[in-house]
Amino acid sequence: MNDFTKYLAGRVTAGGMNRREFMGRAMAAGLTLTAAGNLFATSAAAQTPKKGGTLKLGLEGGAATDSIDPAKATSQVMFAAVRSWGDTLVETHPQTRAPIPSLAESWAPSADAKTWTFKIRKGVQFHDGKEMTTDDVVATLKRHSDSKTESGAAGVMKSITSIENKGGDLVVTLDSGNADLPAIFTDYHLVIQPNGGIDKPTAGVGTGPYKVKSFEPGVRMTFEKNPNDWRSDRGYVDSVEIITMNDATARIAALSSGQVQFINRVDPKTVPLLTRASTVQLLTTSGGGHYVFIMHCDKAPFDNNDLRMALKYAIDREEMVKRILGGYGKVGNDFPINDTYALFPEGIEQRSYDPDKAAFHYKKSGHSGSVLLRTSEVAFPGAVDASVLFQQSAKKAGIDIEIKREPGDGYWSNVWNVQPFSASYWGSRATQDQFYSGAYLSTADWNDTRFKNETFDKLLISARGELDEKKRKDMYREMAMLVRDEGGTILPMFNDFVNAGTKKLMGYVSDIGNDMSNGYVASRVWFDA
Amino acid sequence: MSNSAEAGGTPARSPRERFPLLTLIFERFLLSLVLLFAVSVLIFAGVEALPGDFASTYLGQSATPETIANIRAELGLDRPVVTRYFDWLGGVVQGDFGTSWASRNSVSEQVGKRLGNSLFLAGFAAIIAVPLAICLGMLSVHFRDRMPDKIINVISLAAISLPEFFIGYLLILYFAVNFGIATFPATVYEGMGFLERIQTIALPTATLVLVVLAHMMRMTRAAILSVMSSAYMETAELKGLSSWRAIVKHAAPNALAPIINVVALNLAYLVVGVVVVEVVFVYPGMGQYMVDAVTVRDMPVVQACGLIFAAVYILLNMLADILAIVANPRLRHPR
Repeated sequence: MNDFTKYLAGRVTAGGMNRREFMGRAMAAGLTLTAAGNLFATSAAAQTPKKGGTLKLGLEGGAATDSIDPAKATSQVMFAAVRSWGDTLVETHPQTRAPIPSLAESWAPSADAKTWTFKIRKGVQFHDGKEMTTDDVVATLKRHSDSKTESGAAGVMKSITSIENKGGDLVVTLDSGNADLPAIFTDYHLVIQPNGGIDKPTAGVGTGPYKVKSFEPGVRMTFEKNPNDWRSDRGYVDSVEIITMNDATARIAALSSGQVQFINRVDPKTVPLLTRASTVQLLTTSGGGHYVFIMHCDKAPFDNNDLRMALKYAIDREEMVKRILGGYGKVGNDFPINDTYALFPEGIEQRSYDPDKAAFHYKKSGHSGSVLLRTSEVAFPGAVDASVLFQQSAKKAGIDIEIKREPGDGYWSNVWNVQPFSASYWGSRATQDQFYSGAYLSTADWNDTRFKNETFDKLLISARGELDEKKRKDMYREMAMLVRDEGGTILPMFNDFVNAGTKKLMGYVSDIGNDMSNGYVASRVWFDA
Repeated sequence: MSNSAEAGGTPARSPRERFPLLTLIFERFLLSLVLLFAVSVLIFAGVEALPGDFASTYLGQSATPETIANIRAELGLDRPVVTRYFDWLGGVVQGDFGTSWASRNSVSEQVGKRLGNSLFLAGFAAIIAVPLAICLGMLSVHFRDRMPDKIINVISLAAISLPEFFIGYLLILYFAVNFGIATFPATVYEGMGFLERIQTIALPTATLVLVVLAHMMRMTRAAILSVMSSAYMETAELKGLSSWRAIVKHAAPNALAPIINVVALNLAYLVVGVVVVEVVFVYPGMGQYMVDAVTVRDMPVVQACGLIFAAVYILLNMLADILAIVANPRLRHPR
């Protein structure tokens, strides 16, 4: 076994790699098929979780303004916290992202996908000892969707018209068919609280593997094991401590000195330095989050598709992944979906840097003079550098991009979604439907490219109600092609989630759902003594 | 002294002349109230002028027009600016700083904890830095232009020239990561013992001491040097006092006023200006608290922090003036 396959085996044992990924990489390293298969089996069998210990997480993205109310949870810290103390009705499979049961045992749609019936799990206790009932579920979902709601999940819940308890089952009715309703219920805001959390939204009482012990917003949050957890395949450590560390260097120092066992948001530039420490392992996962340059399709000069095409051909995606993401990412193809989504349309030709085609479309557009690109350090990490790279690659195609650097404060209110051409980023959403509905439907709240296409809108609505997966996938392909070839999105790269932990940290699952093992890091990991 | 009083011969003294110190304190007190009021207006207007309001910045990309409207209605953000300001002012006059819009916790309680942390760190840094700076200042006068003076100067200048976060990183690298003898992160929390707390804040304290040391030390040195050439210092030397005793007993007391001023300025910095050190060491102080609040336009918190920062500055400067008078017999006993 050479060093590289040893490393791969280690990653399997640590739970970080699935079979497909392991086999692919091991065979690339020269192992035969059977040898690789045996190695996978033995490494995976070595993985019997041990209990005990205190897990300390040093996380970026907390603030003194954090609220423990799941409706208001927006920061990374609160995301990981909510996933530790609460459960949603549905979870997603870490590798396929298919909906799998959690507090809902099973579900079934009506033929038109408008009415859904969920069987709610029995015998689950809240941290305060009360038994969870369907009424609690109904109250929770109502709190996030009624007309008074201030919830971050209000957007995804908009299409729900009624939420009822019918003989112990949860029955949800929608204004139109939606085959993705179970996926919507995986949203981390929607953790089930006693009586929906209406009485005390900030109580932090749920059904999760850890109970909230103390909470100082923006500083520290501590948890202890929930002895009455309804699941035995999680929550291995005795207690959890989340420390808000917004400084990248502080996180790295805390990890390499062993004061915390897990950190998030490792700057790709510092990865080589970090991995030099023998006690540290890098935990990366591909994700659906991406960095974009967005053009308003309805504003001159970007109302001209040839100019948009010229700019799409004028960006060097490979270079950006290498320079801006340090290799921790994948190239984009000008539509916001990648293989971390269920029903991803495979086989669409990858658009690459082509100065000749860019020059051709640029000439055809009839545009002259420079185009003004607004950027800022807050648009995404490395956005200013990426803009300069874009400027240089476009120059070779004869396109002159003028860069205007905007102040970070107020960028999201004054520049993004306001100015016709700017840098931005998007996080991943649970489903393709959710993403397109939020940012590409003509009437979407955050249609930041002003993409208004009737065919696209119709496809989106009919794909939403389509229960036949094959037909749905075909529709998503058609939609992806429309966005890719006519939209206002220049999508150079999807960023990986780059986290790191100590080598003693086992069981980390590279969950494509979201960062930090889809927020479940605290309930999934354990320590190798 | 006014001319009319001298001409009249009878020194009919006004209270201002009889109790200069009390008058000064009283005047300063009134003035600081006006100042605080002005500060609160400025901060309110400043946050108001920032792009985006609380409702839209807090939920970010997950907001919908309905949720934004709901939050605005609940917090009363749809009312005119002036109404909102006086509403807030009315509460503050009665000692009620309101609740944070974001976390819905009482501002006074939260600020209390954070201010306590800030004062704890600043206090420890000051206890070490002030005596050390003054001693080093006197030492470098004693050895002026000789080797110890030069060493003290070079080291303190080097420390002040490095940005504070860099000093912090160096200390972390050597004492926490490489040698593993110091605690990092310096996060203090409720229920932590006193000794444990002191141990936890060792690195940020050291950083702050290094940052403020040079300023105070050099001012001490300059102030003492400027009185060293006066006649009474010559007398002290001629009557056979050792140079060290002459500095400590005769020069230093007469150089106190500028030293007190620079110490006060540095103390104020230690309380209100150390947000970078807080971030680097993950220390839950006031600075980080205020920055977090400004980011989402959490007005009640921003206002409370702003007022406290202003009050600390005003108070320390007032204290410096009073001490300067107390330290100067000519001002203490006006003719």
